[in-house]
Amino acid sequence: MTFLEIFQYGFLIRALVAGSLIAALCAVLGVFLVLRRLSLIGDGLAHVTFGSVALAVFLRFQSVYTSLAAIPCVLLAALGILKLAERARIYGDAAIGIVSSLGIAVGIVLASLAGGFNVDIFSYLFGNILAISPFELGQTVVLFLVVCVTAGLFYPELFAITFDEELARTSGIPVDRINAILVLLTALTVVLAMKVVGIMLISALLILPAVIALQLARGFRTALVLAAGIGVVTVAAGIVISFLANLPAGATIILINIALLIASLVVRRLRR
Amino acid sequence: MPVEVVSVQGVSFQYQGAEALRDVSFGVTPGDYVGIVGPNGSGKSTLIRCILGLARPDRGEVRLFGTPLSAFDQWQRIGYLPQGLQLFNPHFPATVAEVVGLGLLAAQRFPRRFRKGDGEAVTRALEVMGITSIRHRLIGELSGGLRQRALLARALVNEPELLVLDEPTTALDPETREGFYTTIRDLNRATGTTVILITHDSGTIGRHASRFLYLDKRVVFYGGFDDFCGSPEMSEYFGPHSQHLICQRH
Repeated sequence: MTFLEIFQYGFLIRALVAGSLIAALCAVLGVFLVLRRLSLIGDGLAHVTFGSVALAVFLRFQSVYTSLAAIPCVLLAALGILKLAERARIYGDAAIGIVSSLGIAVGIVLASLAGGFNVDIFSYLFGNILAISPFELGQTVVLFLVVCVTAGLFYPELFAITFDEELARTSGIPVDRINAILVLLTALTVVLAMKVVGIMLISALLILPAVIALQLARGFRTALVLAAGIGVVTVAAGIVISFLANLPAGATIILINIALLIASLVVRRLRR
Repeated sequence: MPVEVVSVQGVSFQYQGAEALRDVSFGVTPGDYVGIVGPNGSGKSTLIRCILGLARPDRGEVRLFGTPLSAFDQWQRIGYLPQGLQLFNPHFPATVAEVVGLGLLAAQRFPRRFRKGDGEAVTRALEVMGITSIRHRLIGELSGGLRQRALLARALVNEPELLVLDEPTTALDPETREGFYTTIRDLNRATGTTVILITHDSGTIGRHASRFLYLDKRVVFYGGFDDFCGSPEMSEYFGPHSQHLICQRH
């Protein structure tokens, strides 16, 4: 099979479109999260997604609706992490850990009650972008637009709180509200990303392209554009390589990102 | 009588049960240059945080430009340089121009936007600080002195009426420190910008500031530096030796 021949497959085109949209979102939000030292919130919310998926499977939702069913739970968990950190005087990483373990525990109990782990749950744990349906692609496009428009609308505020929260407050920016918007956007993106790389590797999709871009960028806007580009290219390359070499797409995407990260660290060192 | 830029009335604040400020009252009139000094833990930064709404006093009231803090929304009238920024992420990927441009958001309401005209305001602020040549450099790559100038340019970008500086010279070498104080004094004299500056450097701030506030959880003294140094009450309060040390002019 030649390289061009693979584009005759509809499922592969769908995978590339959905994967690229999700990769761009993850990378852009990842820049804000990494710089705010909130990288692991993706991991925490992914674990909650596991619990939500287990709940959907337990309630016998059709698999195409599983992602939609997970959204309210993950949004609530995102707000829960913020409130725990703000009100209960719990450190942010501990709040993520608490909500994360709750998600996993609920997931395991529900999976057990449903008669053990089945194929559905495994496809969410490890991702299966090549199996994305036209309905799921449509859902991805809609959520992509929602996250994109919201992030674009609040870009100056997101930049300001990422640079320094106190300075942002003394510029009249409603920091708590913007923080909530950031974690809610992250929650939506995590739900989308579970189909690409799986719950186990979502945080890597949020963190790696952002960290690579931060090694190379010479400006904040440049970092966002670069991260989005790296995310799209590595996800597209991962999907194609995994298809040609019969490898799992999610893990292939992450390994390509790790290779790029090593290259970017070398480039940064050579620049000095 | 002009409206006070800052009015602090009976402000008390406790942090985790420990008293940080007790019944603090003072006013700052337009064009004042107030130097706030006091020992470590005397509540200087807490007072600034209460003035800027970053901490909520347990008692008392703060007014900015005559408006109670809770109703105040004209943040473009205030430029702030916090102490903690010396510890900020040195790998933050923003250029000096991007950081200075962030200050302009204070003059806007939702939806805030970076606009085409922002570049001119940013250039003006960089010119005031004499750092136009570094506008495209990353903020984290700058020396302590240049970084402080860049962050001060950010505080000045809206041409604020009040400039609040929390220990801005801590990370600077003596020569850069003197230049920084001179810049602030010239700005205060040339444009009438009201300045509140926290420092440990009592002798130097006494030479530059028009008013001197000695804080030790409460206001020990508020007035001219010469009045402070010549005051028998302060001599009695501190002891002649300590008063002399505070009044040393370097």
